Amino acid sequence: MFPVISNEQIAPQVHRLVVVAPRVAARRRPGQFVIVRASPEGERIPLTIADADAKAGTITLIVQAVGASTQDIVAARGGGLEDVAGPLGEPTAIGLVGRVVCVGGGVGTAVLFPLAKALAEAGNEVTAVIGGRSEPLVILRDELGQFCTHVLVTTEDGSLGRKGFVTAVLAELLAAPGSRPAAVYAVGPVPMMKAVSELTRPLAIRTIVSLNPIMVDGTGMCGGCRVTVGGEVKFACVDGPEFDGHKVNYDELLSRQNTYKEDYCRLDAAVKRAGQ
Amino acid sequence: MSNPKLTPKQRMAIERTKMPEQDASVRVTNFEEVNQGLTAEAAIEEAKRCLSCKTRPCVQGCPVAVRIPELLEKVAAGDFVGAGAILSADNVLPAVVSRVCPQEKQCEAECILGKKCEPVAIGWIERFVADWARSNGGAAKTPAAELSGFRVAVVGSGPGGLTAAGELAKMGHAVTIFEALHDSGGVLRYGIPEFRLPKGIVDEEVANLQGLGVKIEFNVIVGKTITVEQIMDEFDACFIANGAGLPVFLNVPGENFKGVYSANEYLTRVNLMGAWKGESNPTPIARGATAVVFGGGNTAMDAVRTARRLGSARAILAYRRTRVEMPARVEEVRHAEQEGVEIKFLVSPLEILGGDDGWVRGVRLQQMELGEPDESGRRRPVPIEGSRFELPADLVVVAVGTRANPLLTKTCTRLKLNKWGNIVVDGNHMTSIPGVFAGGDIVRGGATVILAMGDGKEAAVAMDKYLREKNRSR
Ligand SMILES: Cc1cc2nc3c(=O)[nH]c(=O)nc-3n(C[C@H](O)[C@H](O)[C@H](O)COP(=O)(O)OP(=O)(O)OC[C@H]3O[C@@H](n4cnc5c(N)ncnc54)[C@H](O)[C@@H]3O)c2cc1C
Ligand SMILES: Cc1cc2nc3c(=O)[nH]c(=O)nc-3n(C[C@H](O)[C@H](O)[C@H](O)COP(=O)(O)OP(=O)(O)OC[C@H]3O[C@@H](n4cnc5c(N)ncnc54)[C@H](O)[C@@H]3O)c2cc1C
Ligand code: SF4
Ligand code: SF4
Ligand code: FES
Repeated sequence: MFPVISNEQIAPQVHRLVVVAPRVAARRRPGQFVIVRASPEGERIPLTIADADAKAGTITLIVQAVGASTQDIVAARGGGLEDVAGPLGEPTAIGLVGRVVCVGGGVGTAVLFPLAKALAEAGNEVTAVIGGRSEPLVILRDELGQFCTHVLVTTEDGSLGRKGFVTAVLAELLAAPGSRPAAVYAVGPVPMMKAVSELTRPLAIRTIVSLNPIMVDGTGMCGGCRVTVGGEVKFACVDGPEFDGHKVNYDELLSRQNTYKEDYCRLDAAVKRAGQ
Repeated sequence: MSNPKLTPKQRMAIERTKMPEQDASVRVTNFEEVNQGLTAEAAIEEAKRCLSCKTRPCVQGCPVAVRIPELLEKVAAGDFVGAGAILSADNVLPAVVSRVCPQEKQCEAECILGKKCEPVAIGWIERFVADWARSNGGAAKTPAAELSGFRVAVVGSGPGGLTAAGELAKMGHAVTIFEALHDSGGVLRYGIPEFRLPKGIVDEEVANLQGLGVKIEFNVIVGKTITVEQIMDEFDACFIANGAGLPVFLNVPGENFKGVYSANEYLTRVNLMGAWKGESNPTPIARGATAVVFGGGNTAMDAVRTARRLGSARAILAYRRTRVEMPARVEEVRHAEQEGVEIKFLVSPLEILGGDDGWVRGVRLQQMELGEPDESGRRRPVPIEGSRFELPADLVVVAVGTRANPLLTKTCTRLKLNKWGNIVVDGNHMTSIPGVFAGGDIVRGGATVILAMGDGKEAAVAMDKYLREKNRSR
């Protein structure tokens, strides 16, 4: 059992959990994740380590309760999580490149947060562009403000910041030579990461995306997290989760992500067809 | 001996016993064990067939040299306690091994009776003895050894790691196993299905080890959570048995369509994560009316038989070579065929076909034939011109092997590896780092449970010697 010592709701369905996991806290670096099981019957679910305190032996997780398993995780019944394994994945390569733009969509902002912080600490000038459907769904704005030179917000309904998508703001930053970044980091829904990559591709601006395919073990054992990058098959849990955004096959990723959301029981489907 | 003396002729006149099995039409609807186990009478009768050969050929066929003739003599005399004592002394996980050992290639292959009629059913008798001990108070308790004061770490809780841990604990060392997953057993847990090896047995064996004082720390991925270097700062010696957990794919177009799994993922979802329990289980699994599994080993058999149980009316195994080359246990192949699994021999995958919805819908195959023998004398399959064909599939499992997973070794560059990424060890199972030993699949490539256990046992002896010598030179 990994005790949860604080659990606050920071947006509708989004919780910030502080979890005691000393071994993970001691070794974790930005860009890495853990695999969590809420209970002894639970599913293995990957979650980014949003922050960590090695001295206190704790890690912070920011979780959007989108389905049954993430709901169980934010409920943290019994005061803790059954299993927390990690840190997994390759840490972000943090270098000094000058001006960077970090683009976060929805809960992707939580995944982006540790990267943005590390990039700022390395001396880069970081602009954050974050968005959500409406005001309550925009997370970590103040936290990002502590180290970003600008935090630009968009909402789809215009309830906070600019109305529209994060990509519109990014396009403006890219258009003005004075604000054009040396690198872009983007984390969020697949269509957003794809759109960002299409914006930066003609300008040949280095673009890093963090992919979130379905995972089981997180150690390169199952191959369920495979993604196609530059025509090659990669395992996101060990080769990633960050990849060159210009090389990712987003359509395949999106399709595979939906495996268990659609009618994945082909058997039932076949039986239904036969019965019709 | 109370055992009535039988003449060799009388012994050989006894017919080899049959294993009671769940009926094939019933067992494809459940995950209960297929083999039901011998009765005491059947085990005694079968053991009487043994001729107690002076040269003990059967023992030479066993990788851990179980004292088979002595064991069989005890069983023939109805002394199951005595038989159990021999078995558990020679084999740390007898209830597991007797279920999964490829006996027909090992002990039973060497049995003298096999030359004239059928070999003694050594594996089934061992299973009976192990199960009898389990239901009659468990294995004899080994008295706790005097504590040596040494701390030993074991990486991985598969058969190799569990065996080493048990032996080292019996020698008085304080043992901690670091396991990457949230449960123990390695392939015994996540790979081999319930209908072949009930997980309750793995639980019991692990509980026995914990009774010996072995500690297991789950969710520790060596190479990520901690490194081998860190382990060697904290412990006096280390045994690495992290298996061969890296799936090999076919590298044909279409492999990333939904509904295409590696055997590791498919079996892990079903076994470790409990998807066999049904739709209410939190971890889902795709099911399909027609399943195609690529491969010909135990893993492929387990996958195709699992698909059958999860509702595939057609479960097809596609294998590159012929029946003779199939590495799977003979019993598994027989069971699979009884369960209605179709086996296509001499076929090679060309492409996995998918629909607009991103789901797999079929496979394209090439029919092969055996060509002229090559330098090694083996006849290699060669394509038959104009013999490409398609099969429908809405579930595909790729079970064509595994390789060494580099997660651990990448972070410990002092470990010497061979060109396939397996750890190189010396005759004492010691790696290129003093005090760090290794065994099982990470050293051998994909091998067997009993070989991994043999490594664990031998390594424990070598580690004990290493520690005591280190102590003397202090
Ligand atoms: C590297 C990585 C980092 C992530 N970091 C975060 C984070 O910091 N915060 C956050 O809120 N989310 C994060 N996610 C996404 C999160 O893992 C998924 O939202 C979550 O798994 C969905 O599970 P569910 O059952 O609650 O939701 P549902 O959407 O209902 O999922 C339905 C089913 O699909 C399967 N499934 C869907 N996505 C995944 C997945 N990624 N892994 C395993 N199974 C899956 C499960 O079987 C699940 O039962 C991350 C994903 C990855 C790969
Ligand atoms: C589906 C299947 C069926 C099989 N059927 C048979 C059979 O019938 N008969 C037979 O004899 N053999 C069979 N085999 C082969 C046999 O299971 C293996 O040879 C044997 O399990 C190897 O044992 P091991 O201890 O070396 O490794 P494993 O059993 O692979 O165990 C390794 C353990 O180490 C853990 N681990 C991995 N990396 C790390 C890390 N970095 N840190 C911490 N822990 C780690 C893993 O999670 C795992 O628990 C089968 C294999 C498969 C896959
Ligand atoms: S351990 Fe395996 S090979 Fe050895 S006697 Fe038992 S069944 Fe035969
Ligand atoms: S070879 Fe066969 S008959 Fe001879 S001792 Fe071994 S089991 Fe008995
Ligand atoms: S999650 Fe299993 S290989 Fe990546």
